[in-house]
Amino acid sequence: MNNLEQFRQEVAIWLESNCPEAMRTPMKDEGDAYWGGRNPEMNHPDQKVWADRMGERGWTAPEWPAEYGGGGLSKDQAKILREEMRRIGARSPLESFGISMLGPALLKYGSEEQKREHIPKIVKGQIRWCQGYSEPDAGSDLASLKTRAEDQGDHYLVNGQKVWTSYADKADWIFCLVRTDASGTKHDGISFLLFDMASKGVEVRPIKLISGRSPFCETFFDDVIVPKENLIGEEGRGWSIAKYLLTHEREMISGQGLSSSGVRLGQVAIDSIGCDANGQLNDTFLRHDVAQLELDELVFGATMQRVSDETKAGQGLGEAASIFKYYGTELNKRRWEIMMAVVGENALGWEGETNNDGETARTWLRTKGNSIEGGTSEVQLNVIAKRVLGLPS
Amino acid sequence: MGLVLNEDQLMLKEAAAGFLADKASIAELRRLRDEGNEVGYCKEVWQEMAGMGWSGVSIGEEFGGLGYGYTGLGIILEQMGRNLSNAPLQASILVGATIIERMASAKQKGDLLPRLAAGEITVSLALQEGNHHLPNHTGLSGELTDNGYVLTGKKVFVVDAHVADKFLVVARTSGTPGDEGGLSLFLVDSDAVGITRERVIMMDSHNSGLVSFEGVKVGVEALLGEPDEAYSPLVSCLDIANIGIAAELLGLSQGAYDRTLHYLKERQQFGEPIGSFQALQHRAAEMYTELELARSIVLKALLAVDAGEDSIASLASACKAKMCAVASLVTNEAIQMHGGIGMTDEFDIGFFIKRARVLQQLFGGYSYHLNRFAALNGY
Repeated sequence: MNNLEQFRQEVAIWLESNCPEAMRTPMKDEGDAYWGGRNPEMNHPDQKVWADRMGERGWTAPEWPAEYGGGGLSKDQAKILREEMRRIGARSPLESFGISMLGPALLKYGSEEQKREHIPKIVKGQIRWCQGYSEPDAGSDLASLKTRAEDQGDHYLVNGQKVWTSYADKADWIFCLVRTDASGTKHDGISFLLFDMASKGVEVRPIKLISGRSPFCETFFDDVIVPKENLIGEEGRGWSIAKYLLTHEREMISGQGLSSSGVRLGQVAIDSIGCDANGQLNDTFLRHDVAQLELDELVFGATMQRVSDETKAGQGLGEAASIFKYYGTELNKRRWEIMMAVVGENALGWEGETNNDGETARTWLRTKGNSIEGGTSEVQLNVIAKRVLGLPS
Repeated sequence: MGLVLNEDQLMLKEAAAGFLADKASIAELRRLRDEGNEVGYCKEVWQEMAGMGWSGVSIGEEFGGLGYGYTGLGIILEQMGRNLSNAPLQASILVGATIIERMASAKQKGDLLPRLAAGEITVSLALQEGNHHLPNHTGLSGELTDNGYVLTGKKVFVVDAHVADKFLVVARTSGTPGDEGGLSLFLVDSDAVGITRERVIMMDSHNSGLVSFEGVKVGVEALLGEPDEAYSPLVSCLDIANIGIAAELLGLSQGAYDRTLHYLKERQQFGEPIGSFQALQHRAAEMYTELELARSIVLKALLAVDAGEDSIASLASACKAKMCAVASLVTNEAIQMHGGIGMTDEFDIGFFIKRARVLQQLFGGYSYHLNRFAALNGY
């Protein structure tokens, strides 16, 4: 038995005794996702038990270095962990912008002290992070952001406003883009700061969205004091960090293009619409839409695997990864558009038990944001055209 | 199993790209077309390819092949697509040798495969009878007699029929058109008594043929596999064939895209390269995206064939359907983005769209395979 097979056995045994039964059921609504933090919210106490156990082993961030609390696993080992979790239907233990966005940037650009301070708390889900990027006048044109950070000797004084700050009302800390110098070009003079959302002068107002939910917030900063040691990288050089982090954000968002719930749209359609005597869906044109969607999901999954395998084998520059955000989000939007048609009348319900408080409709509406957040589809196409295809400006 | 080519496969790809660009390019196809070449492809180039072992690339080593599997064959087909090369690799090896290797007796294989691998003979599948790929609707009759069978009927879209040495003929030995049962497969010499062949020069400057069978007498030894039971194994072979054709379409689409991207950077209008216009940039990015997606499903399907996976039917149909859609997108955009010059015969881009549509139709196009994909997935 080789090392990987032995590892697989160990993982299977550990998961068997550590993953609570309740965490081996599909998530039904947003409350089933566990985000950790100082004041964790949950539908079931085992959510925290599961996250704590995984966090202790570092398996909430399997490939991060063990010296900062990560799992220290190789890519192959991490894949085995994912496979073994999928095999028993284990839920993702921890949803976290710290893991999906901040962590990779901190590991690359943070100082030793910063890594030791923040990474272990991210892995264990002790601190919940939010992202202070977009502003009312800086959306796709993010680099024109205006939130100021003035140098006050031993600290910065931060003033300004962020918007589309996902879960700012529930977050403990923020990673935030601020302008420390307005004299040069817009990409210069941006700095990357971390600070506590409990700081004096931070105010958060949730925004109600078309889904009726409020995952996004407006966030206001009024003379917020941020210690100098909370600056990541060099002052005025935050744009590179911002972009690096964005690549991870886009990876996370594009993953939604793969039906993570494991429920095939085709199966939902069969159950909901039924088939005729020839075994074909009782709606010829919807059958076509469903088949096209399932085909493209299969193709997209193969593409994520191919690009990852080629990168691992040292072939190419992984340029094809640039298509993930664009294609994955458009695919997810398409999936939910067809889902609405497939589910039919029951998908129109907004409140009440029969329609699970409008979960289908609300999820459908939420997906509309996928191709806006983290760089719109149009921005992604610009990026592909210019950086990958080398088309002139 | 990783979705990635290994070192040997990468070397094969490089060798194929170099050789075909040199010896079997679009210029060569144009020459064959313009001189009204009787064969339609260059036999010398085919012999050179055979000399490098490419005609036997997917055939087992015990039969004199290279044993590189279908991933190896797909790599060469992709490069042929890119260069619009014409050679009997697809008809004779991808389709023909695959059917023989999977359906013939040990004796038949021992007799045929070494000669196919060496490029000494070519075979072509005679399957389609109407305007569309509907294998269970085969009507050409194979009547059992005391001495064997008598074949009567007509076949269309038989690739390179006018020069193939042997035909693999799908015949109905029982039942009626529409039945999956009752089909049998025969190997028949192309010059057998009662066969007439009519060459059809297709729009892509490749050739197919109408083949008439008028009371063609064959012995029982001409049967490949069990009588009446050919449908299921044949369809499995066609799955492999469609995956190989998808590889050729992938190379073709990549070739058309590369030329188009180059043109976007070169062509000046309004005082700047047209590739600086966002309306074209986004559509170019869209093509790139779709090509990368198609590349993945083709590789996944080729590797699945070589891994001997049990059920590749759904994957094969997914692969062909996706590749058909992407080939349509890219070749149409290629003409549009080239503008007026793309409409001229003198410019090469038109060769791509013509070849694409032929390959798309062969053994079922987009709608056929999307429909099959849905059916195989339970709806």
